[in-house]
Amino acid sequence: MAFRQQVMVLYLATSALDTAVVGWSFYDGTGATDRMAGDEATPPYATGLDALKDGWRLFQASPLLPHGSGDEFRLGYLKYEFFFEKLVQTDG
Amino acid sequence: MAEPVLLDSRQMASFVARGFLRFDAVVPDTINQAFLDALGRVDAANIAHMRAYYGRIMGSDAIPVVNAGTPMDAAYPDESPLRALLDLPVVRGAVESLVGRRAIFDHHFLHIAFPPAFYEAQGIRQVAQHNHQDSTIDPRSAFDIQLMYYPHDVTADMGGTRFLPGSHLRIVSEAAIARYQNIRGQQHVVCPAGTLLVLHHGIWHGAGINRSDRLRYMFKIRLQPGERQRRLWNTADLPPADTPQRPIFWTGPGQNEDGIAAILTRPEPWHEADTGRLEYLNRIRLWRHLLDDPAFDADYWLTRVENEPV
Repeated sequence: MAFRQQVMVLYLATSALDTAVVGWSFYDGTGATDRMAGDEATPPYATGLDALKDGWRLFQASPLLPHGSGDEFRLGYLKYEFFFEKLVQTDG
Repeated sequence: MAEPVLLDSRQMASFVARGFLRFDAVVPDTINQAFLDALGRVDAANIAHMRAYYGRIMGSDAIPVVNAGTPMDAAYPDESPLRALLDLPVVRGAVESLVGRRAIFDHHFLHIAFPPAFYEAQGIRQVAQHNHQDSTIDPRSAFDIQLMYYPHDVTADMGGTRFLPGSHLRIVSEAAIARYQNIRGQQHVVCPAGTLLVLHHGIWHGAGINRSDRLRYMFKIRLQPGERQRRLWNTADLPPADTPQRPIFWTGPGQNEDGIAAILTRPEPWHEADTGRLEYLNRIRLWRHLLDDPAFDADYWLTRVENEPV
């Protein structure tokens, strides 16, 4: 008996967990599923809060950083990134 | 050669806002067939190894080896299918509108998505290409374009190019965005033969996974501007520079949703609440650059933050 980690990353519309999912990723340490880019059209949850209600444990959230002078309008990576996990019991 | 069909202002504004233009079946079948014939039309069942297949095409004269920095007009031999493609009035018009009459060839590449049997035979995991932005960090106001040419029908199971409309103005470092598997609003190219996708160099994209039993081809050409990108399109439909700002937020009925301001401030499904607004600012800045009009604004987004009376 062993535990394996499933990781889900949700990208939300704001820093609040109860706002809409705009992007998502899923990495399955059990090997039961093989997820990859572009494999799903609809988010698994409408909001981050819905993921909590379904048993996902939040373990990391992106910080809110001040905007550097002269760099206020530059955009890069998705801003509101939340890492969730589930520990799943396996036979391995 | 027929006169190029330049883009109009709404098409250009849409490119600025969304980072792509799509022309379905714009390349006639004579060119598509000639291009595929040059590749050799090898049946997928007769290919032993993916690398060997690439090697065979690279060793042929199907696609020329061209030095980076070559003028686009000198990149392909006369009478070749790729020359004929670039000489199509709609294609030439799009290229001239976006990067000018002296476009510079950067590179080209034939992308082949192989069916599952190839991966199974070699014991390799078949996986969709991660999301990425081509080249490297590129903070220019000027932009390159990438022509993506699909010479045959692309069905949903063939895993056509996946891309994210509106992502092109984000400054990221190539594969650093690979973590993002799915983003609301992402599109997968499913198209008839002869379709051309014209992309801003910054668009986030990746190849889909080919679950069919046929090879999928996509030929990409990257082009750089050879001149300042200033009003290169058909500007006859541009509204006058002194066109007043439209009402915002409290708009009343009958707001024009087809004008330049509406196009530049149309959100994408993946926009975050706050940075979606910054996307508008960055689009307006790019539109100013293309218009060469530092006073242009859409829905007051830049005027508001630039208003510092002295």
